[in-house]
Parts: sequence; structure tokens; C-alpha cells
Amino acid sequence: MIVGIVIPKDHRLTKVLLGDVGAGKSSLVLRFVKDQFVEFQESTIGAAFFSQTLAVNDATVKFEIWDTAGQERYHSLAPMYYRGAAAAIIVFDITNQASFERAKKWVQELQAQGNPNMVMALAGNKADLLDARKVSAEEAETYAQENSLFFMETSAKTATNVKDIFYEIAKRLPRVQPSENPTGMVLPSGSGATAVSSSCCA
Amino acid sequence: MDEEYEVIVLGTGLKECILSGLLSVDGLKVLHMDRNDYYGGESTSLNLNQLWKKFRGEEKAPAHLGSSRDYNVDMMPKFMMANGKLVRVLIHTDVTKYLSFKAVDGSYVFVKGKVQKVPATPMEALKSPLMGIFEKRRAGKFFSYVQDYDEKDPKTHDGVDLKRVTTKELIAKFGLDENTIDFIGHAVALHSNDSHLHQPAYDTVMRMKLYAESLARFQGGSPYIYPLYGLGELPQAFARLSAVYGGTYMLNKPECTVEFDEEGKVVGVTSEGETAKCKKVVCDPSYLPNKVRKIGRVARAIAIMSHPIPNTNDSQSVQVILPQKQLGRKSDMYVFCCSYSHNVAPKGKFIAFVSTDAETDNPQTELKPGIDLLGPVDELFFDIYDRYEPVNEPTLDNCFISTSYDATTHFDTTVVDVLNMYKLITGKELDLSVDLNAASAAEE
Repeated sequence: MIVGIVIPKDHRLTKVLLGDVGAGKSSLVLRFVKDQFVEFQESTIGAAFFSQTLAVNDATVKFEIWDTAGQERYHSLAPMYYRGAAAAIIVFDITNQASFERAKKWVQELQAQGNPNMVMALAGNKADLLDARKVSAEEAETYAQENSLFFMETSAKTATNVKDIFYEIAKRLPRVQPSENPTGMVLPSGSGATAVSSSCCA
Repeated sequence: MDEEYEVIVLGTGLKECILSGLLSVDGLKVLHMDRNDYYGGESTSLNLNQLWKKFRGEEKAPAHLGSSRDYNVDMMPKFMMANGKLVRVLIHTDVTKYLSFKAVDGSYVFVKGKVQKVPATPMEALKSPLMGIFEKRRAGKFFSYVQDYDEKDPKTHDGVDLKRVTTKELIAKFGLDENTIDFIGHAVALHSNDSHLHQPAYDTVMRMKLYAESLARFQGGSPYIYPLYGLGELPQAFARLSAVYGGTYMLNKPECTVEFDEEGKVVGVTSEGETAKCKKVVCDPSYLPNKVRKIGRVARAIAIMSHPIPNTNDSQSVQVILPQKQLGRKSDMYVFCCSYSHNVAPKGKFIAFVSTDAETDNPQTELKPGIDLLGPVDELFFDIYDRYEPVNEPTLDNCFISTSYDATTHFDTTVVDVLNMYKLITGKELDLSVDLNAASAAEE
């Protein structure tokens, strides 16, 4: 799952959201963009692009959200997902230790390949399933601090911390991006894949 | 992977990725594999360490050149014609939204031993130092004729049937001299040899219109655009399209072997002891070496430099075409240059490519006229690769093999191959009549 953040005017930024299959990346995005939750969500085909706008202090931050469409399943995610990324959310499932280990791998990959100034967040999702917890908040918090990430436990089901984590990212983004290299143009889209767009303010 | 697919695509080069995307959008169940652990195959872009490994056999590039990941060096250098077929495919599939582009600064041609800006409009013709005062007027008239030509409006034909009259005959009407004919044919119409002179002029006129209309599109100094982070982004973007529509991706799959039944029809693909069944295989020539033949060689030099190409008005991205006749060769030579302005190198660095169809056993020497235009270089690499085309009969074996990328300057031949393959695979034509006019309005 990729999340691109676009700050209006010249600031076109990309943000990545990575995690194990089943960690709840799609649910987090659905909660954030549409304020919906679907218990047994099938992988989405065709709908790959969401956007959401947040007001942070006196600026507006536009998030562009890309679904990784399962390309991470066989570790075949294209580097274009985190190319020039300004921020990333790495998602794991607190009821699944293996998904936490995979999240650490994604952190390593982003540290190696991504933009060195990237804002990184670690999301322990499914925080509503306390009885099934396998990864303690302390363990995740310690790991996050050691790797300069910020950590939040989220629940797409109850909406806990979902907006907050996006809001926190928006706040931590550098105010002014280096703009010595003007951004490129985006050719307009014609027919084809569905673009879903909605907006509301936090 | 022990499943059944309608199509298995092997190799993640641009052609294979466009097809994978189109087929997934059509609702076919697609498995897409590559033996490499990266996307793009022959059309990938390498970082500096990958480049060093490929050409110098060393793990790491020297530190003074900057960070490895700031480099995206195209293995198949081309530019995109702003109104060309690839842009139409990008808009048709909506893949545009995964990519950012910038116009290419300059378009130049090597004539009479000098690098000169390519004039493509009547106005530019009148200013061009390529021609003398009278020749300028004649060329201006010819450009006006091409600009006004409308197939549906006989008044603009000036009594000439372009489908019957040859290019040579048409140009003779305007009385243009040899050098003008040369730069128009090779640097505006982008023909790679002179055979067009004896063919109906219609194709050349359409190519000239494409050039002029592309030039007008983004108000850059050239008709070309180029993606930020290099051409390697293109196959990745189409792979993403395929994945979004349900395509399954597996990189790093060694020894992908295509399996056949007794009748020679494809039944599946085996890798690492597992076989995925399928009805059809789409691949690049390297996955079915017994079903292709060699059709030529491309010679190429790649240079890392700390300055723009001399005599190109300090263009941060530029193309220079060296027409065959100006070099006494059978095929044109192409020079491309991109830089940090397209995020393919660290600040202050430029990547230049010189490429041509190899005509001798010593292609390195053949490239000299192009390399001489670059000025001093920090590093220089040479590469020669063979080109292949399929010789199989897809209706008998259900294998659809792409042709190797040619040395041409932009992607029209690439997309023509893809469209032909798409038609063979699906029995359908792809309708590319998209609204290009919208494209100029969307600059951010």
C-alpha cells in the first residue's frame, strides 16, 4: 500500500504504506478516506487510487493513497512505490508476530532505498483485538524509537488513531520541500481505472 | 504458483508490462514472472552500483560519483514523443497518474559537421542557421504545406496525392537541397535510413506533423517528454496497472521453462520445481531462444559527465541525431542526454548515450562521431547487444514473443509491436483514439 501526500502548490510528495498481506492496510485507508470498515474485505480490483485532504495547522495536506494491489505478496513490489517518498506508514497486525517481523523488513528496505529524510510511522493495527495480542506495545515502541519511527496502535474497525496517524505524519513533514528541481507534469488521465476521491477536514 | 492462468507473461520489459496491464484490464487471469529480482528486463534503469556490476564487474561504484541510488541509467535510451503512441497508451490505460514527466529541453541535428537546433515550423525554419536565406524560405514553404495538410480537406493538398507521390517528388516541388532533405527526413520525420525518399510521401508528412504537434504541446525546446527517475518507471507503472486488475507478480524466478504438449502447444511454465498452467505465454526473446532469430546488433556507449553536451545551449536534456549520410553510414546515430533535472543523476551530473545499429565488427569505433560530440567524460561504458525477432507461429504454439528493442529515438515502433501482439493474443484492436488535447492542460 502506497500513500502519496500532495501538498498543494508545488509540493508533490509520495508516501508509502507497507506491511504484510492481511495486516489491514486497505482497511486503514478505507477508514481514513471513506470512514468505512468492511469485516471481510476482499482484495480490491480496479480501485487503486484514493485521495484525502487534511487540514493541518493552517496548511492543507492532500494524501494520495495507492493500493499495492498484492505486489508485496511475493516480495515483488516495484521501487517506484517508494521513489522520492516523503513519508511512510509501515503496518503490522498486533495479533500476528510474523507480520511484525515482516514490518521490520520493510523498514530496512525503506531505509536502504527510500528518501533519507522520509517520515516513517509504524502502525500496530487491529488494536481492538486485545485478547489475541501477540506483539506488545512496548516491544513495538522500543523498536520504533531505535529506528527513528513514531509508533501508534490503530484500529480500522473502531477508527482508533486512524486519522491521528495521518495527521501526525502531515505535521512532521518538512514545511518546505527543496524545490530546486521543479516537479514534473502529470499527464491527465483518460478513461480506465477508477479514481475515487473524497475530501473532508479533520 | 500451482494454479491455472489464462496468460503467463515472462520478463518485465516495457512491452511485456504494457501487455500484462492490457490483458489484466480485459479481465484475463495473468501471472507475470521475471528471472531478475528487478523490474524492467532490457528496458530497466540501473543505479550506479548495478551499472558498475554490469560493466565493470565490481560491486561498488567509486564514491566520488555520488550516491548510487541517485542514478537511474536507462538500458534502452529513448524519449517519448509528446503526442506519440506511448502517450496515447498511457492516457488510454490511465497509467499517467503513476508517473511524472518533464519536457526534454532540446532537439538537435548534426549537419555539415555541426550540431544545430532542429527547425520544425515555418517560423523556426526562417531563423535556422542550418540553411541559407533562399533555402530558409523554401523550407518555410514546405513546413507550411505540411502544417496545413489535412487529409480530409483536398484544398490543403495543393493538387498532390501524397499516397502516390514519393517523398523525393514532393520535396522536389519545393526545391530543397540535400542537407535540408537530410535533416527533415532524419531529424524531423525521424526516419532511420533514406528508403522513405522512394515511398509515398504521406508517411513522412504525418511524421513531420507528429513532430511539430508534439513540439507545440508542452512548449519545450523539443517534441519529447521523459519520465522523472528514468524510463525504468514505465514498465513498473504498467506492472502496477496489471496488479491493480488482479495480475500476480513474482520476481526473482530463476529458470522459467515454458512447457509444451505433444502438439507443441503451450501448457504452462515451470520454475523452481513448480508448474503454473496456462493457455498462452507472452515473453521477450530471451525466454524462448529457440523460437527467435537474430536480426541485428545495437552498439551503444554510456557516459557519465559533469557538463551538458556542448553546442546544445546548455540543455539539461537533449537529443542529437546524426543522419547516416552525414557520417557516411547506412544507419543513423543517436545521442541522448539526461541529467539531474529528470532525477536520473545527482546534482551536476549528466548521463549521455550514443547508439546505432552496428554495421561492422568493431562497433566501438563506429560510435566515435557521436562520442566526439560529448566533450570530456567522467566515465565511459560500451555495450553491444543482439536484436531478435520471433519466428514461431503463435496460432500453433500459443507463444507471443516480442521483438527486441531497436535503436530508434522514441517509442512508436515499440508500441506498434505491442499493439500487433495484443491483436494476435486477443483478436481485438486496441482503440487509441484518446483525447490528447486534454494533455496540454494538465501541467502542474
